[in-house]
Amino acid sequence: MKRKIIFADFFRTNGVLMGSILIALVGFWLVFLVILPQISMLDYSFRFNLPPAQQGGPRDVYTLSNYQHLLYGSDATHQTYNTIDLMVFLRTIVAAILVTIFDMILCYPLAYFLGQSRGSGFVRLLVVLLIIPYWINEILRAFALRIIFGDAGMINEVLMFLHLTREPIDFIRQDVALYAGLGYAYILLMLFPMYNVIESLDRNQIEAARDMGASWPRIHRRIVIPHAKPGIASGCTMVFMLSAGALAAPQILGGPSSLWFTQLVYQWFNNSLNWQQGAAYAIVLLVSTIIIVLTFMRIFKVSMGDIGK
Amino acid sequence: MGSGVAVNLENVWIKFGDFVAVRDANVSINGGDFFSFLGPSGCGKTTILRAVSGFLSPSQGRVLIGGKDMAGIGPNRRPTALIFQNLALFPLMKVWENITFSMEVKGASAAERRKRADELLDMIALGGQGDKLPSELSGGQKQRVAIARALCASPDVLLLDEPLSALDLKLRQHMRTELRAIQQRVGITFIYITHDQGEALTMSDNVAVMKAGVIDQIGTGRDVYDLPSTAFVASFVGENNMFRGKILRIDGDSAQVDVAGIGPLVGRISPAASAQLDAGDEAMIFIRPEALAPGEGEAGRTLNATVVNEEFEGNAFTVYLDAGGNAEIRMSLANTGQHRIAERGSRMALHFPAGKAVVVPVGELASE
Repeated sequence: MKRKIIFADFFRTNGVLMGSILIALVGFWLVFLVILPQISMLDYSFRFNLPPAQQGGPRDVYTLSNYQHLLYGSDATHQTYNTIDLMVFLRTIVAAILVTIFDMILCYPLAYFLGQSRGSGFVRLLVVLLIIPYWINEILRAFALRIIFGDAGMINEVLMFLHLTREPIDFIRQDVALYAGLGYAYILLMLFPMYNVIESLDRNQIEAARDMGASWPRIHRRIVIPHAKPGIASGCTMVFMLSAGALAAPQILGGPSSLWFTQLVYQWFNNSLNWQQGAAYAIVLLVSTIIIVLTFMRIFKVSMGDIGK
Repeated sequence: MGSGVAVNLENVWIKFGDFVAVRDANVSINGGDFFSFLGPSGCGKTTILRAVSGFLSPSQGRVLIGGKDMAGIGPNRRPTALIFQNLALFPLMKVWENITFSMEVKGASAAERRKRADELLDMIALGGQGDKLPSELSGGQKQRVAIARALCASPDVLLLDEPLSALDLKLRQHMRTELRAIQQRVGITFIYITHDQGEALTMSDNVAVMKAGVIDQIGTGRDVYDLPSTAFVASFVGENNMFRGKILRIDGDSAQVDVAGIGPLVGRISPAASAQLDAGDEAMIFIRPEALAPGEGEAGRTLNATVVNEEFEGNAFTVYLDAGGNAEIRMSLANTGQHRIAERGSRMALHFPAGKAVVVPVGELASE
């Protein structure tokens, strides 16, 4: 009943023609860009990888074998676990959480500074300076970091010049470059939601708390952070989802022995041409990240509506 | 509750770069007083309040609270509590948490805070509403919560930055009475900032009228209204008719001013301005609309004018008259059931009682 009224209002304010076009566009976006691709991936993930001749034939039935492969590998008896892939999965999730926490800690003071010193020309310049590197392609940025972290890169040169190390440190093999690259890749998606909410905080509230004798840590704990929580949550969600699903940075900056889960997905699709297996892996990653995000939202008492703000 | 503590400003200058926001302010506020700073927006009254609360320090001069110099003492360590124009209640905290935030800061237990919150909620007639969020309260209730929150810290001085300006007229008038009652109950010093002369006059023991960073006059509401010391105060506080002319004669505390087109008018010289006025000087003479009445009076207290318009305002009539060339004259007459005062275009004699016209030096008027 209520929904009907919303639609009626929508047509009244926009006119029937414009209203229909808008609804059709939203519908197109939902169906073709959100629902259909996911459903087709889901469908793929439950099928066997069959040669074209057998597709649609008697052997083309639904199966859980693709998901079992992640758990048990090629072991048909299910006696041993597929430790390699499972460890890659676990490492990807844990690393993505760490990258998210790192970005959050890094961005909060910056967002507070930007948000509360509103209006000054210097701050606007600073924001532009932060954005400019992101006009460059993600892959190029990853390569730039690879050069900087390389054996003869700037960081090693400086360290050796200062005699802090005699041999160049292998940042690539130590995964330092990978984490730095991931943290850097999506940091603006953490910064801007935080900046937006902190900017909307009434300065008088901070002054009122100060007037009542509150120390700076307490002002942040009781006033600023509760106010900024939706922004922090939406920043964390984006950074976590994108880091866990990143491909370019792990591909370019990851050490030879360290795989990211998305690289496994990529290999199934691209090298093994087993789309069904790749789809199952991708679905596992998607569902796990969603569960993790929902769990954290529950723990920190953030509602879905807050994030959409 | 703290008892009345005096606040003194000694030669306070506050500058922002080249801009002088407050120029040589000297104010002594008695302990337990309700003191108002009254002036148009941008006159520096909020700046003074921020200097007292500690959010900014004067470029020159001293702020003393209870005789103690406040230099170098931050807002969190002053015995003041500030009520903001927008109240600045914490929207995510419950009402009782808002009220007792100053106790939370000092580490009081939740039970202790809850008890104190309930006491204060009873005092502001909001008993049992402690678990609501500020957004669930009405404008007047939020106002009272802000007052309770400020009083919870038992400050010696309560600073109020136009806290009533967001309320509608009825509620504003009600809150004036309530604020005054609270102040008399708790007995602490209130410093109130407003651009509304009605608020300043009804609530305050003393009023400082400010213009462009300068305090023009300090006195009781009655003094400021009846004996303004400058043209600005006379025109800013309440309605006033202004006539400009040359002083013919000074006789004790009264002066005869020759107003072009009207003739000589006799007025009382504002005590603060008596040293600045001599015979032959240009001066301004102010007469309140309600001091004027129809009919012939004594020489020097009568003027003739033509009726331009008449407005009915319920409790009063305002008659607009033209005294020839000079300013428009407004006369306010109480509604006592009389019929039309005068026909439009007719000539009319007006008079005013002795002591109801005030003579001040020529100066800037408040812009409407």
